[in-house]
Amino acid sequence: MQNFLIAFFALRFIRTHLNTKESLPQYDQYLKVLNLFIVPFLLLLNFNSFERFLPTINFVWFVVFSAIMYVLWLLRENNLASSLLKAGLPFFIVNSLRDIMEYFFSSFTKENDSIIDLVFLGSLFWMIAFAISTNNQIKALKKEEEKNRLVVGENEKLEILVRERTSEISAQKEQLESTVEELKATQNQLVQQEKLASLGELTAGIAHEIQNPLNFVNNFSELNLELIEELMSPETPRGGIEEEELLSDIRQNLEKINHHGKRAASIVKGMLQHSRTNTGQKETTDINALADEFLRLSYHGLRAKDKTFNADFKTELDPNLPVIEAVPQDIGRVLLNLINNAFYACAERSRAQSKVNGENPYKPLVTVSTLKIDDAIEIRVKDNGAGISEDNMEKIFQPFFTTKPTGKGTGLGLSLAYDIVTKGHGGTIEVESKEGVGTEFIISLNL
Amino acid sequence: MKVLVVDDEVDIQDLFLQKFRKEIRNGEIEFSFATSGENALVYLHEHESEAILILSDINMPGMSGIELLREIVEKNTKPKPIVMMITAYGDDETRNKALSLGADDFLNKPLDFGDLKERLFKR
Repeated sequence: MQNFLIAFFALRFIRTHLNTKESLPQYDQYLKVLNLFIVPFLLLLNFNSFERFLPTINFVWFVVFSAIMYVLWLLRENNLASSLLKAGLPFFIVNSLRDIMEYFFSSFTKENDSIIDLVFLGSLFWMIAFAISTNNQIKALKKEEEKNRLVVGENEKLEILVRERTSEISAQKEQLESTVEELKATQNQLVQQEKLASLGELTAGIAHEIQNPLNFVNNFSELNLELIEELMSPETPRGGIEEEELLSDIRQNLEKINHHGKRAASIVKGMLQHSRTNTGQKETTDINALADEFLRLSYHGLRAKDKTFNADFKTELDPNLPVIEAVPQDIGRVLLNLINNAFYACAERSRAQSKVNGENPYKPLVTVSTLKIDDAIEIRVKDNGAGISEDNMEKIFQPFFTTKPTGKGTGLGLSLAYDIVTKGHGGTIEVESKEGVGTEFIISLNL
Repeated sequence: MKVLVVDDEVDIQDLFLQKFRKEIRNGEIEFSFATSGENALVYLHEHESEAILILSDINMPGMSGIELLREIVEKNTKPKPIVMMITAYGDDETRNKALSLGADDFLNKPLDFGDLKERLFKR
């Protein structure tokens, strides 16, 4: 009877703890049937009258226990199943052998009854001890599983958090990247605007500077036509002084036409260079020519814009100034910016003074000078305008800083000039100024 | 007729001398030149009592044509010189300003020398 009891509980235990429903689905149903099949045997064996069916009952038990052992063998990869197999196998073998021996060698069994019982008990204890240890193992495993589950839960929470953070960070990164792109686009736009603004200021100057040489080209070519007609006239004696004079004038005028044509062309070239996208390519540059050209353009631009204001300008260009390797458009922009600012400062001072006195003794003057000093060239742009206050001196090279009224200045001119001179050409740009006296910008470029 | 041409463009001198070559040769007209307002004042000071017609550009560095005109009018020399202004910026504002300051005529660049001759000899 106790054997069936063991089998009954072993089956229940295996089905529950080894979860045969999932681990061995094809056998689970048989195990369930087997479990129910044992129940009548449990009840029947309480009656002694069934003693005579003992060999059959023992065989049934053998089959049931074999099935249990087989299932455990199938699940031996599982630690619990392997422990149960180790626990039950000696008991199964001993019990089976005892039943076989009782059946076939009953006299021998009776003689050695005590030894066989001892072996049987031994295997039973072995099984119980193993079962207890396995139970402890199960508890420990459960604890471990619980712990693992908690850890897994925590891990999942952490993973979710990490995922959330990651997506937040990548969203922020994308936002930052798009902001940087926007900033770059805006910066380019502003640089372009600054270029256009200074070009706009130049337009009138350019018109005047081109109109003047064109007028000469027209006037002298018309004049030459008249002179040629006079030369061809029968009234002009051949080979005389008059003919010689006429020819010399025609030749002189042609030279003038050529000179003024070139002058207009160089202004257009300068303007195109100023407005086109910079290639950044350094080339042999005549700083004196650039300074002279931009000073004139700036002056006429200012005059065209504000007819009430006039200033004098002069150049003090070093005739021995060597050509340098520079980006002419960039240096041109720097000069144009400094010269425009210089005239602006003169206009400011002139306005402030004429308000005070009816007469204006102030004589505005902008001077651009160049000088070769050792291995460098120096360009100075000097004005006797309003000057820069001490507070503003620190900020003048900062981007977007301007003292001009809204819409009149981008605040980028000097900041770009600073970048062009220092970063673009490895030079220096310094400023000296005194309020009410004037300002001087000094650019130094290495040869 | 004595004419003082005031213009910072030096080549204007050859232009006048050649355009008026016949008139100069015939002694009908005599040209002098100044390259700035300041130089013109010096010349006028040196030739104070002479009757001079002044042809002045407006747009010059330093003393502009308008300032020169103001100086001449203020000095009030006798006989009063005839002042004709020339400018590339022939807008009404500049024109009116010059005329209101006492300019006798106003011409635009590029100069039409036929027209200029007519105006000069009308004086």
